[in-house]
Amino acid sequence: MPMKQVPQPISIFEKGSPGRMGANLPETDAPEVDLQAALGDLRDDLHLPELGELEVLRHFTNLSHINYGIETGFYPLGSCTMKYNPKINEATAGLPGFRAIHPMQPVETAPGAFEVLAQVQEILCEVAGFDEITLQPLAGAHGELTCLMLIKAYHDSRGEGAQRKYVLIPDSAHGTNPASAAACGYEVKSVPTDAHGNTDLEALRGMVNNEVAALMITNPSTLGLFEPNIKEICDLLHSVGAQVFCDGANMNAMVGTTRPGDHGFDCMHFNLHKTFSTPHGGGGPGCGAIGLMKHLEPFLPIPVIRRASNGKVQLETARPLSIGRVSAFYGQFLMEVRALTYLLAYGRQKMRNISRFAVLNANYVKARLRDVLPAAHDRHCMHECVLTATRYKKGGVRALDISKRLIDYGFHPPTNYFPLIVPEAIMIEPTETETKETLDAFCDAMIAICKEAEESPELLHGAPSTQIVGRLDEAAAVKNLDVRWIHPSRREKAPVSG
Amino acid sequence: MPYIPHTEADVEAMLQTIGVNRIEDLFSEVPENLRFSRELNIPDAMDESKLYAHLKGLSDQNVDATKVSWFLGAGLYDRFVPASVGAVISRGEYLTSYTPYQPEFSQGYLQTIYEFQSMIAELYGMEVANASMYDGSTSMAEAAVLAHGLTGRRKIVVSASVHPHYRQVLETYLWAQSLDLVTISTPQALTEDYSVVDDQTACVIIQHPNFFGSLEDLGKAHDAARKAGAMFIVVSDPTSMALLKPPGEFDADIVVGEGQPLGVAMGFGGPLVGLFACKRELVRRIPGRIVGRTQDHEGRPGYVMTLRTREQDIRREKATSNICTNEALMALAATVYMSALGKNGLRKVAEGTVRNTQYARQALAVQGARPKFEHKVFGEFVLELPRDASEVQKELIPRGIMAGLPLGPYYGDAWKNSLLVACTETRTRAQIDHYAAMLKEVL
Repeated sequence: MPMKQVPQPISIFEKGSPGRMGANLPETDAPEVDLQAALGDLRDDLHLPELGELEVLRHFTNLSHINYGIETGFYPLGSCTMKYNPKINEATAGLPGFRAIHPMQPVETAPGAFEVLAQVQEILCEVAGFDEITLQPLAGAHGELTCLMLIKAYHDSRGEGAQRKYVLIPDSAHGTNPASAAACGYEVKSVPTDAHGNTDLEALRGMVNNEVAALMITNPSTLGLFEPNIKEICDLLHSVGAQVFCDGANMNAMVGTTRPGDHGFDCMHFNLHKTFSTPHGGGGPGCGAIGLMKHLEPFLPIPVIRRASNGKVQLETARPLSIGRVSAFYGQFLMEVRALTYLLAYGRQKMRNISRFAVLNANYVKARLRDVLPAAHDRHCMHECVLTATRYKKGGVRALDISKRLIDYGFHPPTNYFPLIVPEAIMIEPTETETKETLDAFCDAMIAICKEAEESPELLHGAPSTQIVGRLDEAAAVKNLDVRWIHPSRREKAPVSG
Repeated sequence: MPYIPHTEADVEAMLQTIGVNRIEDLFSEVPENLRFSRELNIPDAMDESKLYAHLKGLSDQNVDATKVSWFLGAGLYDRFVPASVGAVISRGEYLTSYTPYQPEFSQGYLQTIYEFQSMIAELYGMEVANASMYDGSTSMAEAAVLAHGLTGRRKIVVSASVHPHYRQVLETYLWAQSLDLVTISTPQALTEDYSVVDDQTACVIIQHPNFFGSLEDLGKAHDAARKAGAMFIVVSDPTSMALLKPPGEFDADIVVGEGQPLGVAMGFGGPLVGLFACKRELVRRIPGRIVGRTQDHEGRPGYVMTLRTREQDIRREKATSNICTNEALMALAATVYMSALGKNGLRKVAEGTVRNTQYARQALAVQGARPKFEHKVFGEFVLELPRDASEVQKELIPRGIMAGLPLGPYYGDAWKNSLLVACTETRTRAQIDHYAAMLKEVL
């Protein structure tokens, strides 16, 4: 597998020529204005690139060729649900009646937009089993933060705000969970996982008391396992007046099969960019709806979108107990358009196939790899499987080496070293949109790499060797911090590195 | 089945490899009483042609900027977006990729983010910028939280001429961390009285051009903050930066803003892209992602996400923020936009905005309507009407005009006849003249 014969890309700042422009802009026919008189002192220079339109397109097209997406190939990144993003969703989100509308235009001039939001809310309510949905959070972590704010407001309203200082979080949780708790002023306590991969109930019992504000728990867990005692866990927390938040990152395992709202959760965040297929876009926009039960409803962020009994969608802003506004407008609206398009493609008849085939694909990969990469816990997994590569460690091969070698085979690596409690973790989430042939090709590659790990580990250590760059020096990136291009005329003043 | 490619033979073979008889057997770990047994009560599945018709039907119900002349701004603007922007961001290699955690496989996106950071830092006249935030409002709230973390002070001072929704988001974030918010009132649409700024103040936040379109005195705001040892945070519209002296030249510590005007659709307010730039000395406290340039073991240059120990997946509850995503796709749109327009194009857009705004300010002074203030403005201004602005706005919609934003709901009764009118470079003299004629008709 030879190195790609692609020249090193040149920075856009080193392309083009002064005076060139790559856009055919509107001509203004209003009278000319003395800008200095109108605005006061003007800026001296503005160092932006100056390129023609074709040069611009070539720059970004060529860069896209050294970037990998779901449409390029298999992307089994655990915990991220990299499923196909249907093209029809892009078409509907591109409609001018959605793209060219403004969140502050009079409510009665955008009934179709509010209808989109109401329909997404109603479908999510039913699919997840919650009483209420808000689409205002802008990403999953933002949804977590919003849920914690609701919980904080709930405890405050009962006069227990000061007393409830702690948030309990299993040691297998996503890093956003403790970070969100901290951003809401809570102290975090870590709950251990037992030998079967479940929350350690005994330990949890010892930690639960009336100083606990909430438990943040992921179900299915980040081990890809359904928490069989989830109802008991929720009951335990409720018995001391605490709330239970569900990290909904793994909702893809549950769609149409089981509903988190029925498990006893008080609130949950969704990642519509995972479960409901809005595109990840290179790490954002995320799309973080939340679901909640009735007792948290008074605290919903404003504005609240509701369908009245006459069927009309209305906007409520006067809500005295609301936590307030968590984002500027109505959330990631064009992503909601995509999500609605996706939800309606499955609809009543087909929705449950999402979880059924996601779980089938994950268990198939787990089964095919069991001889070379055993599962951390030998149970049926849900939508993803967590495998361990410890057996190769003595030969000097780490999970990361296996992942980097996969790049040479043309696949995006799985998630590594997460959850933190599994040594040499390799977390694979195939999603339901992959064919058996793709899964077989991936598994064949993994089996071949595991053989290489025993016979010629240097191949793994040197991987990837087929891309435009090999492994990059991250320590040097921090030490010689270079996070922007600087125009040569300014380099004296502000050194590039240092 | 839409998007699920399995044949019956596939399923059969896969179940055999797994060693179970039915897909349902794989859910044996879900307790019986938690399994959902009835059919979901949601709409019927739709085929692709029905889907498009359904969504098209909903979109047709909205009054959009392609149907009427658009003078509503207030932080999101109806700017011209070159077709090249959409062409690039709809490429699957970008659209369907994830966070570049595997840099060797993501050099393309990483380089565009580095270029984005460079352009935003340049626009704002700041040393560094991050890879973007959710939106302008959360970017501003994160800046305030940073100021609290750095100074240890608990009081955040914000001007009332900052976007009202941004201030509401700020209030929510500060409430969650038990921090105090003090607002400077701005009855004349400019920030003048800094007497509330004291040695308990973590930061002073001002918007320039402000919510009313007026240009603030950044030097005065800076001095008030510095005298009290507080940080100086500015919220700025990026388009205006093509002409105005950037906040960096006024020694701002952090500059934030909404990047939507740089090639992103208004989209009913989402997805947007928050901008966040700051002094280099704050780089280790920046929330969110940052991309840096480095090299591989053979000395080839490449890009990685850097200063990762600030982030939640490594630092957990000690992270600088809980943010996991950035708005990479919208940041890419902005990068393509700024590359295509370049220095001269962005100046042309800003100048067209100023010319249209100045023209409208005179042309709309009909039948007792007049500009409420004589301040210097960039791309919008407050038009004082002889009667309720909300009513006038509604009467103008059937006449083909989205007239602006009535300010009464945000600033109280003294503002109920005030309309915030925005003119981007996409307006024409004929549209402004038509607005003036229709305004005359309804007043």
